[in-house]
Amino acid sequence: MFGRTFRDQDWPLLIVALVLCILGVLQIYSATVATKWQDAWWKQIVWILSGLVMMWIVSNMDYHVLMNRIVYLYGACVLALIATLVIGNKVFGSTRWIGVGGLKLQTSEFVKIILILLLAKLLTDWKLDTLEWRDLGKLAAVVAIPMALVMKEPDLGTSLTYIPILICSVLMAGLRWKYLLILSGILLVTLPIGYHFLKPYQKDRLVSFIYPDRDPKGTGFQVIQSKIAVGNGGMWGRGAKESSQTHLGFLPVPHTDFIFSSFAEEHGFVGVVIALVLYFLLIMQVVQNAQTATDRAGLYICMAVAALLLFHVLVNVGMVVGRMPVTGIPLPLMSSGGSNTWSVFLMLGLVNSVRLRRFVN
Amino acid sequence: MSILETERRRDEELSPERLLHDDPKPAAGKVAVFQYLSVAVFVFLISGFWKLQVQNPDVYSEAAERNRIKSTPLLAPRGKILDRDGRVIVDNKASYSLLLNRDQIKWEHLPAIADAMHLDYDELARKIRRMGSSPQIIIKDQLTRDEIAFVESHRDSSSYPEMDLIRAWRRQYPQDGFAAHVVGYVGEISESELDSPAFIDYRQGDLIGKDGLEREYDTRLRGIDGQERVLVDNMGRERQMETQKEAVPGKDLQTTLDLDLQAVAELAMEGKRGAVVALNPQNGEVLAMVSRPAFDPNKFTGRISRSDWTEIAEDKYKPLLNRAIQAQLAPGSTFKPIMAIAGLESGVIDDKTEFHCSGGASFYGHYFACHLKQGHGAISVHRAIAQSCDVFFYNVGNRLGIDRIAHYADLAGIGRKTGIDLPNETQGTMPSTKWKLRMSRQKWYAGETISVAIGQGAVTVSPLQIVSALGGLGVGGEWYKPHLVRTDKPVLLRKANFNPDNWQDVLSGMCAVVNEGGTGRAAQLPGITICGKTGTAQVAATERTKGAKLKSDLANNAWFVAFGPKENPEIAVVALFENGQESYNAVPIVRDILKAYFDKKARMLHPEVTQAQPAIARMLLSIPVMGDLQAAGLRGLSR
Repeated sequence: MFGRTFRDQDWPLLIVALVLCILGVLQIYSATVATKWQDAWWKQIVWILSGLVMMWIVSNMDYHVLMNRIVYLYGACVLALIATLVIGNKVFGSTRWIGVGGLKLQTSEFVKIILILLLAKLLTDWKLDTLEWRDLGKLAAVVAIPMALVMKEPDLGTSLTYIPILICSVLMAGLRWKYLLILSGILLVTLPIGYHFLKPYQKDRLVSFIYPDRDPKGTGFQVIQSKIAVGNGGMWGRGAKESSQTHLGFLPVPHTDFIFSSFAEEHGFVGVVIALVLYFLLIMQVVQNAQTATDRAGLYICMAVAALLLFHVLVNVGMVVGRMPVTGIPLPLMSSGGSNTWSVFLMLGLVNSVRLRRFVN
Repeated sequence: MSILETERRRDEELSPERLLHDDPKPAAGKVAVFQYLSVAVFVFLISGFWKLQVQNPDVYSEAAERNRIKSTPLLAPRGKILDRDGRVIVDNKASYSLLLNRDQIKWEHLPAIADAMHLDYDELARKIRRMGSSPQIIIKDQLTRDEIAFVESHRDSSSYPEMDLIRAWRRQYPQDGFAAHVVGYVGEISESELDSPAFIDYRQGDLIGKDGLEREYDTRLRGIDGQERVLVDNMGRERQMETQKEAVPGKDLQTTLDLDLQAVAELAMEGKRGAVVALNPQNGEVLAMVSRPAFDPNKFTGRISRSDWTEIAEDKYKPLLNRAIQAQLAPGSTFKPIMAIAGLESGVIDDKTEFHCSGGASFYGHYFACHLKQGHGAISVHRAIAQSCDVFFYNVGNRLGIDRIAHYADLAGIGRKTGIDLPNETQGTMPSTKWKLRMSRQKWYAGETISVAIGQGAVTVSPLQIVSALGGLGVGGEWYKPHLVRTDKPVLLRKANFNPDNWQDVLSGMCAVVNEGGTGRAAQLPGITICGKTGTAQVAATERTKGAKLKSDLANNAWFVAFGPKENPEIAVVALFENGQESYNAVPIVRDILKAYFDKKARMLHPEVTQAQPAIARMLLSIPVMGDLQAAGLRGLSR
């Protein structure tokens, strides 16, 4: 049993993920030398190693078993979110973390896994070829509850990450393209109009209401500094620890949300392409596992994970080059932080679990 | 698991319903769509990096450079201005200036900054709009303690990160306008100057010499500003020194001025209007130069306030005018020695030629009076100079004609700039037939010559011109270019080959002015033969018609020019006492300076006397020393 699982592990997925983790740790180290976060790099190593253990455990569990218990997990997760709001640690004006035996965990990160499994479970149980509005409404309600709780923290960025999980799952389960068109049409029309009706100061207020801590020097400061850092990297980069934007503090949070900005300044366009290709390979490997999954549940799980990772990379890296708004979601595997690292490894464990079960039955 | 059970499960799994609803294959197309979408996302992201990092990395590396490097100018102190003995006339004092960094300027901060700095907001705003590409601009010099405190406190709290304090040098001039016209003043470069190609090296906010030596020798006096480049972090905290280019201080300017003489001249002119120039006729070195009324250059240094400026600029006596080189006034009788040499050299008179003065004479149908109503009787050139007989010189002038007068006057430098190293010297007027044709397209009338012969009419000079002219005459007809900054080689402008007898006749006449009971007898000095010539000049007729209100403003100007010793003149002095009524009012001014000069010389030549015998020393040391000068109200002289 162990021998086979060891051999059948998704080694390409694991290797790509570990290379990205190593890049992340090196970058965290470089960006935080002689700052108050200078021990973040070894903490990140601890997170990664413990995340690998979790991934291995989840890999060896049958995802059907998890899916069968998902209702309880979902309930526990909603309770945990409420608990976070009630007793959580308030940092930078938002309550996202809950203390668990000395660890501070961001509950909203783990909601992603619950939602992935829950949607897979519901969609497979319903055994539908096409989804009707009624079904969509039910699924949306299921996602909306944790989403609303996370928004309340407030943490708009993380709550938004639940949407790609939902969209990808329902698409895979047979959402009609017509529905998709209608939905995206409504979205496209209402969003700009709604935003347009806001007065400039309201737009600014909206931004600073959601992120009171993130805009201390005027709107767009972080994006400007991030773009300067990226541009300053040029083709070949400034070299590790040589980056002025990162080391003189112009770049905000260079080891967490803006780690890729710092990476781009130090390693240039060449480094950026290498890292992005690794992310592409990672996502494609997850998709490959979806394609080889023996059942729809496996497919849903893998595709939801792939969509979530793609969304994270798009929003985080897009923010770094100024092509996405600043939402403050981390870059999977590279950004410093325990909850996200664990959650990504747990998701990769789910993918691996799907892979390892393709020969079962 | 039994075989049977396995069989049943397999049947279940292979049942059509199960296949229909749990077969992932129908989703394959959607998975492919997701793959294409992923490719699109990554292309989108990479193109973002391509645009920033490959297409225009310079824009961003410069922005990063601007972020992290703060460069502040290290202002170079201007050179000091020294007297001939190396004593300091103009010095620098360290002060603080407020500088704004362009990149960080926020318009909403400006009203508060202008308010705290006591500046006019509109002026400040205009200046900042004009700053162009310069990274910083100095907006206020000589900050007071309160202003420094404001900057310090608001910079530390990062509320006004655009502000920076830099050490600057405040020009320190002697007080009460001492030598103000000679040294001039510095001021902020004007907008029109900035636009001119001559000031290409200057930037907005630079200080530049505006007048006097400060302006003439600006390039020598001004140093080269250095630059300090400091690595700063996002809070504007200085992390480490990147590079430092030291400022190169400006070169000191050693002038030919003698502070002792200058002090005496200043004191002698106290409360008067006019000018004094003392120079060495043998090389043109200017020893003292005073113009009154004066202004306080300290008010101008840096950024003068509007009210101070209008007060000075609109004063009717024009304190900014350097009368020593810019006044254009009738020389009066000081012109007569030139007439005498012209008459003798051209042969229209000799030393025996006598004219009869009955208190006036008629020429061309006009009666011209002599200043002595009862007349001088029969008079020759020697006594005519000594007694300043007008009728004698009317006749000489009549015989010479205007063009011969103009020839000799031009030789002496009347009607042309001396070329002194000060800005805006005027050239005065020496009329001639050609000059009149050029100026008014009219013929010269012989009657006009008669006035010119006694230094009235169209002829005008500056004090410097007349002292240079007569001083050059005193040394036998050699005119050196007057200058204020020491040079190794004096410039000989013109040399005349006078018949020594003729020259001696004029010299002895001028000697008699002082030593034989002439009009300048008050200038006598024991042991030293002084020669000179007085002048009482009428204020030009145009001034009268211009409607000067005060009667005193129309009073005659008093002149006295003297040099000595007669055998080898080494100092020539002119005093112009505007509206001084009678020439003898100008004589004591010159005498003070001559006495101070020769006393100082004696003291230098015989230091043992001054040390060993205090009584004699006191006699010799009759020039006022610094303590006395200060007691006399002439403060801020020197350290």
